[in-house]
Amino acid sequence: MASIENISASTPARSTRPNWLVRDLVGLAVILVVAAIGYFLFPNNLALLTRILGVALLVLSIDLVTGFCGIATLGHAALFGAGAYASGIAAVHFGITDPLLMVVVGAVGGAVAGVVSGAVILRGHGLAQLVLSIAVVHLFHEAANKASAYTGGSDGLSGITPDPVFGIFAFDLWGRTAYGFAVALVVITFIVLRLITRSPFGMLCRGIKEDPIRIRAMGASVQGTLLKMYVISGAVAGTGGALNAISTQVVGLDSLSFTLSAEALVMLVLGGTGSLYGALIGTVSFMWFEDFVSAANPFHWLTIVGALLIAVVLFAPRGLYGTGLSFVERFRGNAK
Amino acid sequence: MSAVFQVENLNKAFGGLAVTQNISITMNPGDRVALIGPNGAGKTTFVNLVTGHLEPDSGKVVLAGNDVTALGPVPRVRQGLVRSFQVTRLFPDMTPEEHLALAVMQRTGRTGAIFGHYQAKADVMAEVAELLRTLGLDHIATRKVAEIAYGQQRLLEIALALALKPKVLLLDEPAAGVPQSDTPRIEVALAGLPADLAVLMIEHDMDLVFRFAKRVIVLAAGAVIFDGSPGDVTRDARVREAYLGSYANDRSAA
Ligand SMILES: Nc1ncnc2c1ncn2[C@@H]1O[C@H](COP(=O)(O)OP(=O)(O)OP(=O)(O)O)[C@@H](O)[C@H]1O
Ligand SMILES: [Mg+2]
Repeated sequence: MASIENISASTPARSTRPNWLVRDLVGLAVILVVAAIGYFLFPNNLALLTRILGVALLVLSIDLVTGFCGIATLGHAALFGAGAYASGIAAVHFGITDPLLMVVVGAVGGAVAGVVSGAVILRGHGLAQLVLSIAVVHLFHEAANKASAYTGGSDGLSGITPDPVFGIFAFDLWGRTAYGFAVALVVITFIVLRLITRSPFGMLCRGIKEDPIRIRAMGASVQGTLLKMYVISGAVAGTGGALNAISTQVVGLDSLSFTLSAEALVMLVLGGTGSLYGALIGTVSFMWFEDFVSAANPFHWLTIVGALLIAVVLFAPRGLYGTGLSFVERFRGNAK
Repeated sequence: MSAVFQVENLNKAFGGLAVTQNISITMNPGDRVALIGPNGAGKTTFVNLVTGHLEPDSGKVVLAGNDVTALGPVPRVRQGLVRSFQVTRLFPDMTPEEHLALAVMQRTGRTGAIFGHYQAKADVMAEVAELLRTLGLDHIATRKVAEIAYGQQRLLEIALALALKPKVLLLDEPAAGVPQSDTPRIEVALAGLPADLAVLMIEHDMDLVFRFAKRVIVLAAGAVIFDGSPGDVTRDARVREAYLGSYANDRSAA
């Protein structure tokens, strides 16, 4: 007994808790500064920046299930497209043209799609799960194609004319309002997701990713937790879809495609999974690079993008953010 | 006193190998039972079967009067049947503090909350601190588990089980891999368990077994060959032959 007391007395508890609030505020400030720089640097390209932010929401939503829960999916555009169509249909066929309401409808649409596809995908593991996710996005795509009375089929759903935001800021030709709206949505979503991933529920999800058997032995339901995360992820993806519908004023079948699903996953891996920052960095760098290279070299841009991806996966397997972070940590370690 | 845990005629075979043969065990609140037996006797399989991690071929598991045979592992844990793992199962990227906070919040039904942080919950932090102190883990509370010693991981494994405040606790070789200098911590933790908790401990360290157990069950080739007091186990001829061998001889000699 005496020896035990000595051990604990001689090594007092460390009080070096990571100050995550400060770190997140810095992160948030960086996001806002980058958004402002984008606005002033590319005033003629705000449409692209807005599209990047819409896709960023999709990539964030994939990070929730893949990065935080370890679910493999190549069908996440199903949730993005469901949100886009939900808000587009609400605007065109039901006269819901308030942009905030359209976002809510999109989020709900994405969440419902999350329940449906989660219920299917979570029945499999590993490769089977991946195949199920692909099947789901194809089924969603086909359903949207068939229901052309509502979705416009392969012609796309057009005629979406959102009202001014708060009745004040009309969506202008230069896309300034759309860009501001997009930045606001991404920032709010980011803050909410930051809180969710740190919550007890978020911890449970991380635990499931690392060892589902241990989680069960703690008395927590694995499937129920994952489905809940799928619903949250669906709401985020749906918000991205709604943003896309509002800013481009059309919804096409490509928003529900396997291609978009796969590209979004690539962006996540490029940026780094499991951190939210990685999702944002991956989306911005991939889409910016794609745009830049396709303009600079219209013939070989896909080759260049492919080569870049191989380089990142081979030499920075933790993604741009993860690799950058470990550099910083090593630098700090050396400095000590 | 009514039984809190009853296993009746449990059977399991892997292919042709019968690893669990007609095992029946009853435990009352407050029991301190040691389950011993040679390697491969089927001790871990027994724990896997009764906790629902494996499905038995036949037999029945009753927990506090409820037949739980048809239930999965999760509802059994929620009804108070908790185990630890022989080979540590922890989350490498999480800290001991996070592990225990998660367990405490799970037990108290708070892991569904999508907002809030465990460090802001005073009762959770107090309980976690207490568990960390009991097992001597407070000085590494905020290190990632991947970075702490295996012996410390073993202690955390026990702390996790305790955090769930079970009615029946099954410990699968809690001291295996713990350095000799740290085994007293395990004994302190065991000694401090609630008096009405039923504990079954699988253990190869016979000194630990004899200090802890009021009752010893010996398993050999999947079957119970002895169930009785620690004093009698060393004298039982079959047990000597199957397992205890030299240890029993040493003891009687000493
Ligand atoms: N999933 C499985 N499939 C096939 N055989 C298994 C399986 N699990 C265990 N066994 C076999 O069942 C027998 C009992 O194993 P078990 O792990 O229960 O032994 P144990 O008593 O816990 O041994 P130890 O003291 O080494 O931990 C062993 O022969 C083992 O090889
Ligand atoms: Mg074993």
